[in-house]
Amino acid sequence: MRVLILAKEGNQSEAATPPTPDAMAEYQKFNEELVKAGVVLEAGRLHPSSQGKRVRFDGKKRTVIDGPFAETKELVAGYWLWQVRSVDEALEWLKRAPYDGGTFEIREVVEYEGM
Amino acid sequence: MIEAIWRIESARLIAGLTRVVGDIGTAEELAQDALVAALEQWPAQGVPERPGAWLMGTAKHRAIDLVRRRKTLERKHEEIGRDLERDQDSLELDAIEEEVGDDLLGLIFTACHPVLSKDARVAITLRVVGGLTTEEIARGFLVPVSTVAQRIVRAKRTLAEAHVRFEVPAGADRDARLASVLEVIYLIFNEGYSATAGEYWVRPALCEEALRLGRILAELTPTEPEVHGLVGLMEIQASRLGARVGPSGEPILLLDQDRARWDRLLIRRGLAALGRAERLGALRPYGLQAAIAACHARATTAEETDWARMVGLYDALVQLAPSPVVELNRAVAVGMAFGPASGLDLVDALVNEPALKSYHLLSAVRGDLLRKLGRSEEARVEFERAASLTENVRERDLLHRRAAECVAERMAG
Repeated sequence: MRVLILAKEGNQSEAATPPTPDAMAEYQKFNEELVKAGVVLEAGRLHPSSQGKRVRFDGKKRTVIDGPFAETKELVAGYWLWQVRSVDEALEWLKRAPYDGGTFEIREVVEYEGM
Repeated sequence: MIEAIWRIESARLIAGLTRVVGDIGTAEELAQDALVAALEQWPAQGVPERPGAWLMGTAKHRAIDLVRRRKTLERKHEEIGRDLERDQDSLELDAIEEEVGDDLLGLIFTACHPVLSKDARVAITLRVVGGLTTEEIARGFLVPVSTVAQRIVRAKRTLAEAHVRFEVPAGADRDARLASVLEVIYLIFNEGYSATAGEYWVRPALCEEALRLGRILAELTPTEPEVHGLVGLMEIQASRLGARVGPSGEPILLLDQDRARWDRLLIRRGLAALGRAERLGALRPYGLQAAIAACHARATTAEETDWARMVGLYDALVQLAPSPVVELNRAVAVGMAFGPASGLDLVDALVNEPALKSYHLLSAVRGDLLRKLGRSEEARVEFERAASLTENVRERDLLHRRAAECVAERMAG
C-alpha cells in the first residue's frame, strides 16, 4: 500500500528560515535509510503558506484566498509518499524520524479501485 | 506492531547473523528466537526505543553462545589458536551493524544462489529478504503453505550442503550470480503482473514486493546497469496495474487501456531508472525491455506509439537474448509498424517453435493479426485455441469474448 506522510511542523511550517544544517543532516540520514529500504517513492518540502493560495468552491462561485493561512498547527510543511505493507509499518518507520516537534500524519492512499 | 518491526528489521538481522554463523538457516532461527523474546517481553515492558538494536542485541548474544559452543566442539580436535579465533569472533560480532549494506547484498546473493531451483530461490528470498511469512508467500503464489515451507527447508539444506559461501561475488562469477538475482525478482513481479493461474489476473502485492526488492538492490548496487534496467522495467509495467483490469476483473490489453489511469509517478520513476541504466553503458536485456516499455509509457495515445523504434529495440534484444517469446513480441511490433501482413509472416515462422507449442499468447497474437487482415474465421479458431491453453480464468474469458467478436464480424461482413 501507499501512504502519504504529511509533516505538520507547527511554527516551522511557516518559518521562512530553513532548518539548521544539523537538523537537515539528521533528516537526510533518515531519508536515506528509508530510500535504502525501498520505502520512499517521493518526498518534498513546501514553501511557507505566505506564498500559497487557496480556492474556495461554493456552487459556481470561486473565491481565491491569499496566504499566509491562520491554522498554523494544521499547515503542511512537507510530504512523503511511502510504499509499505501496512499502516503499522509506516508508523514504525515514522516513529524513528529525527524530529523533536510537530505532528506527522499518516494517510493511506486509495489504490486499485475495483480490485 | 511487532510484525511491522519484524518486517523492517528481519532482513538486516538475518544478514548480519548469517555472516557470523555461516548459514541462513541458523541465522533465521536466531532471528526468530529474538522475535519470540520480543513477543514475550515487549507487551509487558513496552517496545524499546530502538527495537532493531534490541533484536540485534538479543540475537547477537545467542549467536555468540552458538559460535562458542561450536568452537568448544572444534577445540576438542584442534587446540591451537583458540584465543585468537575467539577474539576474531567478538570482533566480527561488533562489526555486525556497520556492514549492513554488504551483508544485505550477501544475503540476497545467497538466497538467489543458482544451486537452488527457481521455486526455492523465490520462496527463500521472499522469506529472508522480503520478511514475508510462509503463509503470505503461499497466498501470493496460490500454493499450499506446506509446499512453501518445504521449499524453504530444502533450500536451506541445499545451501548448507553445497557450502555456499556468504559473500558478495566478485569477478567473472558476479554477472551470472547477479543474473540469478534479477531473474528471481522478475519472476516474483511477473507472477503478480499476469498471474499464470487462478481467479485474479493481477496480484499487485507480489508486484510491490518485487519492486521493493528491486529498489533495495538498486541502492546496494548503484553501478549495475541491469539492476536499474530491471527496476525501470518493473516500475513502468507496474504503472499500468490499475489500468489493465476492468470493473469486473477482466484483463484490458495494453492498447485498449485508459492511459489516464497509468500511474505517472511510477512512469517517472521508471524512466529515471532507465536513464540511469543508459548512462552506465549500452542497454542489455532488462534495460532494452525497459526501453520498450518506455515507448508505450511516453505515448499519450496508443496511436502515438513509436513502433518503428520499438522494432529496433526488439532487434537489439533478439541479438542479446534470443528467445521465441521475444521473437513473438517483435512480430507484434512489426505488425504495428509495418502492417499486420508483415507481423503475420513472422508469427507463422514461429508456429512450429517447440517452446511456443502450448503458449497461449502465440495463438492470441496470431488471432489478432488474422482479424486485422479480415480473416475472421481463422482468427476465431486461434482465439479459441488460446483460451484453451491459458490457466487464468479472467484471461480465458477475454479470449472467448474476442473469439465471439470474430463470429459477429463475420456475420456482419
